[in-house]
Amino acid sequence: MELSDSDHALISVIASGLPLVERPYRAVGEMVGMDEVEVLARIEALRDSGVIRRFGVIVRHHELGFRANAMAVWDIPDTEVGEVGHRLAGSDQVTLCYRRPRRPPVWPYNLFCMIHGRDRATVEETIRGLIQCHGLETYSHTVLFSTRRFKQTGARYGRPLAAEVGHG
Amino acid sequence: MDEIDRRIINALQGGFPIAERPFALAAGRLGLDEAELLARITALKQAGVISRFGPMWHAEKMGGGLTLSAMQVPADRFDEVAAVVNSFPEVAHNYAREHALNMWFVVATERPERIKQVLAEIESRTGLPVHDMPKIEEFFVGLRFEA
Repeated sequence: MELSDSDHALISVIASGLPLVERPYRAVGEMVGMDEVEVLARIEALRDSGVIRRFGVIVRHHELGFRANAMAVWDIPDTEVGEVGHRLAGSDQVTLCYRRPRRPPVWPYNLFCMIHGRDRATVEETIRGLIQCHGLETYSHTVLFSTRRFKQTGARYGRPLAAEVGHG
Repeated sequence: MDEIDRRIINALQGGFPIAERPFALAAGRLGLDEAELLARITALKQAGVISRFGPMWHAEKMGGGLTLSAMQVPADRFDEVAAVVNSFPEVAHNYAREHALNMWFVVATERPERIKQVLAEIESRTGLPVHDMPKIEEFFVGLRFEA
């Protein structure tokens, strides 16, 4: 979707969040010189085209009690990785699932899943369950727990924008 | 955080109404009234449980660049290198992880070509290689956390 200047103005106003008032879209419109009907139509278009992936509360998973966060990675043959990725993404415990390039010799893995849990033991158990359930025992894999979080701001896009991007 | 807060978080991680009185509609689905929902979302934001109430963007569909990169950082240089990496406004997340590749960060830029520049600048300022692993395919899950 081609974004117009008024879309960009709208995006920069709602990037940091909707105003928490009874008629938030009217309030947003007042900031960018659009009427409420127009704001509703543009935000719907942004959502329908996928520029807005989700619309609602964006949680801080750590503050919500998800203290353990692991990146589980596998080396799956290129001919099978699409199918395995779809199956893993369909599991409730997987919060993000991507195919990425291998970087041999330092990095032989091409399928990445993020798994969040209340504690490390729970996440380890979840990963064992996924391997068993999806028959992944024969593929090389490893699990990288995070030990420190240095930064979790949103992404910025030059204009005063803050968009959360998913790979926490 | 009580039971009602949990219901709000679980129900509103997507699908917020785009309508004149969206909080009234969302409140109705949750069996609350508009004023209470607004007050609770405001309180959850102040408490830091929710970082924002609004859109989560698709970086590439906005015309931007997005990638995940990793570095192998010697333990005695970790804080110094982290400070360099985090000083770039384009670095959105940065996590220490248990692996030879021990620093993993997401770079998001307004223009796709800026990604390569940021990674090259990080390499030259730290003297360490950056392993770039942009996504080839995303398998859709929808990021949701049960409160």
